Amino acid sequence: MLKSQLEDKLTAVFKIDQELSQKIVFSIVESISTAINEDDRVEIRGFGSFFKKNYKAYKGRNPKTGESVMVPEKNLPLFRSSKDLISKLNKF
Amino acid sequence: MTKKDIASLLHKQLGLNLKESARIVDKFFEIIVETLSAGEDVKLPKFGSLKIQNRKPRIGRNPTTGEKIDITSRKAIVFRPSKILRSKLNSDKNEEDKVE
Repeated sequence: MLKSQLEDKLTAVFKIDQELSQKIVFSIVESISTAINEDDRVEIRGFGSFFKKNYKAYKGRNPKTGESVMVPEKNLPLFRSSKDLISKLNKF
Repeated sequence: MTKKDIASLLHKQLGLNLKESARIVDKFFEIIVETLSAGEDVKLPKFGSLKIQNRKPRIGRNPTTGEKIDITSRKAIVFRPSKILRSKLNSDKNEEDKVE
């Protein structure tokens, strides 16, 4: 599903302008990104949670050349899906 | 942050009333959950994508007893953050020596 399809669905369900749907989707996604960045864990019941994880710098290797390189410290956003969602997905 | 906080942000930013904002946020995640449950990926530009990945069956072990357990093949959800989100989370660091 693409962002536009999500917007279309919101437009249809709430009978609102397409423009407002776009603003809503933008605001929600933006607020999640900002929260993750500010180290605020985003937890949505029945869906999952987003959080930021810090990885320390380490010495890595270029797998092709074997050359050793320093990989700098970094932060990555992680998602853990809720158990509810996993069981829905694996229902058969 | 929970759905409630997102709803109050929508209220502040877009002037929707709180009740309506809450319903919209609920629906937003409901649509995503339904899509994923149906086995379809969700792509949100500038944020990332949520993809369904198949996990192969494997033999697991109970770490305490050493007992073998068959783990059937199953589906998992994998989040692939966009480059934009990744760089946002690292914006206070040297971008040039970042490995891409």
